[in-house]
Amino acid sequence: MADDLKKIAQERQKWQQGVECGDSSRFQTLSGVPVDILYTPVDIADSDHLRDLGLPGQYPFTRGVRNNMYRGRQWTMREFSGFGTAKDTNGRYKFLLAHGETGLSVAFDFPTLYGRDSDETISRGEVGKCGVAISSLADMETLFDGIPMEDVSTSMTINGPASVVWAFYIAAAEKQGVPSEKLRGTIQNDILKEYIAQKSWLFPPEPSMRVITDIMAYAAKHVPKWNTISISGYHIREAGSTAAQELAFTLKDGLTYVEAGIKAGLDVDTFAPRLSYFFNSHLDFFEEVAKFRAARRIWAREMKETFKAKKSESWLLRFHTQTAGCSLTAQQPENNIVRTAFQALAAVLGGTQSLHTNSMDETWALPTEKAVLIALRTQQLIAEETGVVNTIDPLGGSYFVEALTNELEKQAYDYFRKIDALGGMVKAIEHGFPQREIADAAYRYQKLVEQGKRTVVGVNKHVLEGEKLEIPLLRIDPTVEQEQHQRLADLRKQRDDAKVKKCLADLKAACAGKENVMYPILEAVRAYATLGEICGTMKEVFGSYEEPPMF
Amino acid sequence: MTTRELLAEFRAGSKRACARLMSVVENEPDVAAAVLDELYPMMGRSFRIGITGPPGAGKSTLVEKLGRECRNRGKTVGIVAVDPTSPFSGGALLGDRVRMPSLFTDPGVFIRSMATRGGVGGLASRTKEVCDVLDAFGRDCIIIETVGVGQVELDIAGAAHSTVVVLVPESGDAIQIMKAGLMEIADLFCVNKSDREGADRLVMEIETMVGMKARTPNPECRTSEVGDRRLAVSDWVPLVVKTVATTGFGVSGLLDQLEAHRKHLEGSGAMTERRRESIRSEIVELTEEWLRRDLWRRPVTTGRLNELVEQVLDGSTTPYRAAEAISRDVLAAG
Amino acid sequence: MGKKLRVLVAKPGLDGHDRGAKVVARALRDAGFEVIYTGLHQTPEMIAEAALQEDVDVVGLSVLSGAHMTLFPETMRLLKEKGAADILVFGGGIIPREDMEELYKQGCGRLFGPGTPTADIVTYLKEKFPDRI
Repeated sequence: MADDLKKIAQERQKWQQGVECGDSSRFQTLSGVPVDILYTPVDIADSDHLRDLGLPGQYPFTRGVRNNMYRGRQWTMREFSGFGTAKDTNGRYKFLLAHGETGLSVAFDFPTLYGRDSDETISRGEVGKCGVAISSLADMETLFDGIPMEDVSTSMTINGPASVVWAFYIAAAEKQGVPSEKLRGTIQNDILKEYIAQKSWLFPPEPSMRVITDIMAYAAKHVPKWNTISISGYHIREAGSTAAQELAFTLKDGLTYVEAGIKAGLDVDTFAPRLSYFFNSHLDFFEEVAKFRAARRIWAREMKETFKAKKSESWLLRFHTQTAGCSLTAQQPENNIVRTAFQALAAVLGGTQSLHTNSMDETWALPTEKAVLIALRTQQLIAEETGVVNTIDPLGGSYFVEALTNELEKQAYDYFRKIDALGGMVKAIEHGFPQREIADAAYRYQKLVEQGKRTVVGVNKHVLEGEKLEIPLLRIDPTVEQEQHQRLADLRKQRDDAKVKKCLADLKAACAGKENVMYPILEAVRAYATLGEICGTMKEVFGSYEEPPMF
Repeated sequence: MTTRELLAEFRAGSKRACARLMSVVENEPDVAAAVLDELYPMMGRSFRIGITGPPGAGKSTLVEKLGRECRNRGKTVGIVAVDPTSPFSGGALLGDRVRMPSLFTDPGVFIRSMATRGGVGGLASRTKEVCDVLDAFGRDCIIIETVGVGQVELDIAGAAHSTVVVLVPESGDAIQIMKAGLMEIADLFCVNKSDREGADRLVMEIETMVGMKARTPNPECRTSEVGDRRLAVSDWVPLVVKTVATTGFGVSGLLDQLEAHRKHLEGSGAMTERRRESIRSEIVELTEEWLRRDLWRRPVTTGRLNELVEQVLDGSTTPYRAAEAISRDVLAAG
Repeated sequence: MGKKLRVLVAKPGLDGHDRGAKVVARALRDAGFEVIYTGLHQTPEMIAEAALQEDVDVVGLSVLSGAHMTLFPETMRLLKEKGAADILVFGGGIIPREDMEELYKQGCGRLFGPGTPTADIVTYLKEKFPDRI
């Protein structure tokens, strides 16, 4: 250690003798990382500025993926939304675009997320409830009616049936006369985190990985501006993980896709630049900023050193952020506006490329127009009033933030080693390893809240006795389900059934063989085969999945 | 509903009554004996298959696939799945159903989850009795899944006609299997997840070990309580069946082998021998249980107990002599 | 020996958010109950049939998808149809107040919203079933 650092260490020790530091077990990050009362250069003595931080837009991108960051381009303000029928949601999209939103983000209902048609038995009661119901190309055409698909970038939170819903989008654009080469957007398509956390899978892991590599190959050829996987930590965090687990499991998922792509014979530099990430921004402000910074550094290093990617676009980790839904409370819901604002600020200071801010009423229902407007305004306030966008990575160089970034990176690598020892992520998932780690963390957290060791304002402290809910809630019209059934019935009457059958037979053959499934899926979609029919056909070949019981 | 009404509904084929009688058998020892006595004439027709093996071997998935295969062959199915009771809280999380969703609404399938509640040999203390109820309910095949937490789980051999030991390539080598005592209880070995590396090696190791056992039966076993009971009563040599439970591969073959084992037991007289043994141990157990329950209800014991406790305290006798004294009094009282 | 409380915890419908269901299942286990967990994506038919075979005292449903007005009544109806109307159905999730009121009218047990301590659920069940251990 250099002499000046030694001196600082000595002085700090002397200083601390006179300081009442409090019970150290009380001072931890939300994820349980111990936090010291003070950080000094000694805590980051091993860091090398150029090696570990670098400059913005340069390897290892710790400080940001672009050289001018928000001075060049604002993050995309993208409110995740969808409810009722395609027509209802189309109206909400037009409202959001008119109020300054810069990208669309589609929330699908559960039947759609699960590859089921609105009129299947298992869909009872779920149609249009948690998102928009999309059962066929016809629904997708309605969803984007009057919205120029050439100009707008669209993020679609869809995983198990991503190939089919993406095909709906491509085919709907064709109808608008927009070729697939011009389309911009993202499909989530991150099946590994479905097994880990979100649980809307269709097929077992292996065939799922094959469909994903087919999508990556198809995009590289025909939809070059599309982000083919949005590797998602969001749901892992919502399921109760710690920040370090979110970081570790998500990045390991990403590295697993890269391996799969290379194994399928793709050149890493053809598909890696189209991979993007999706993180949660939770309440522990500095921990979240550190998490985003560590993520960029780990990804850059792994892509360059381990996978030998040559293009710098393959090294940089771009990410979307959503504020933490699980941090919101049903009690005193207006407080959620404040929580969301802090979380959004952490995402911006962490260098996000796009952002969704939750609405205050989301622990009760899908957001009302008013609530979602406040959420959007929160982002606009940060961008246009606070001044935090003026300089790049303003928290970089903070002894605390740098030390925490290093710590989270270390914890992530500890998890990588455990997962490798189990034979990689797919095997670890089959063993239920990440699932159990998350369930344990969730249970631990719940116990802490119940013991009053973690404060949740309005829930276990600062409670309003006899509180009444005073905000209006969005109700989904119960006739949506019948309406959607009718649309499907009409569709099935009008289309050419013989053609649909032929397309589905071709798809089945492709699934059983080695052909890229995207081509026959698109053909089936153009013939107006429904989501349930297409996914059902694929399931006949690929089988379905039951998770190991983990608590 | 009274027990009598439950029994009447049970006879009429009510699943609810069957489930409630299982609870009676599990929770109310005083009534249980009467219920089981009533049901006894209806028992004895089912084929009981035990599934045991280390954690992560895929037992539940195998049970589901085996259950479905039995259904395909026109048999009705009962499944009893055992999970551990928490030693800290006395509660239990019974999660085996998660792997069996396709059987939930099949009217020919009845699934019951049980917590060990103090049972230590891989089964719950009342697993056999719950199987008896399913047997009386007319289930053709009863599949029993042991706890599978990795401890010694050998009780299954006494509760099932055919015991399948499920292993996976990751389970370790055959020597460890031998040490765990699984060699002695296996009527069949199933190497599950057999599409994984190391499966063939494991199959070969087991086959070698089975071959060695078959050539050197324990000469003591005909008279010994312990020892290799199976080899004493039959010359059955356990086969090794490869499966991939998640896809169903090999499950039909496994059921074929189970049927073959059943035929062997019946043909060789081993079934009768096994029944004789199981009746004997059942009577012994029931008698002991009856005595235990009855023992401290007698004035001759309760009165003497307090007296003797004091005597041990003041040093005039020891617990050993006290116990002997009570026992003698009980026997003398008749 | 007293009779243990047996609880079936299930996630009906397609919603895969099982954090709450699992935390509750674990808390009930730690309270000394026997908890049967059926996993995800259950239909009301599957839940009612499982409740019957397992002879549970109570069924806990976790619904966050907004489908509660379909899934709760349907599960209760099927239990009744199978002669098991005495099995109590309770639950939790994202359920607006008016819907809670309507479900209570239909005979549903207590519905717990977000932020409920698991201890409240344990207390509720202990009060409902005082003769169980």
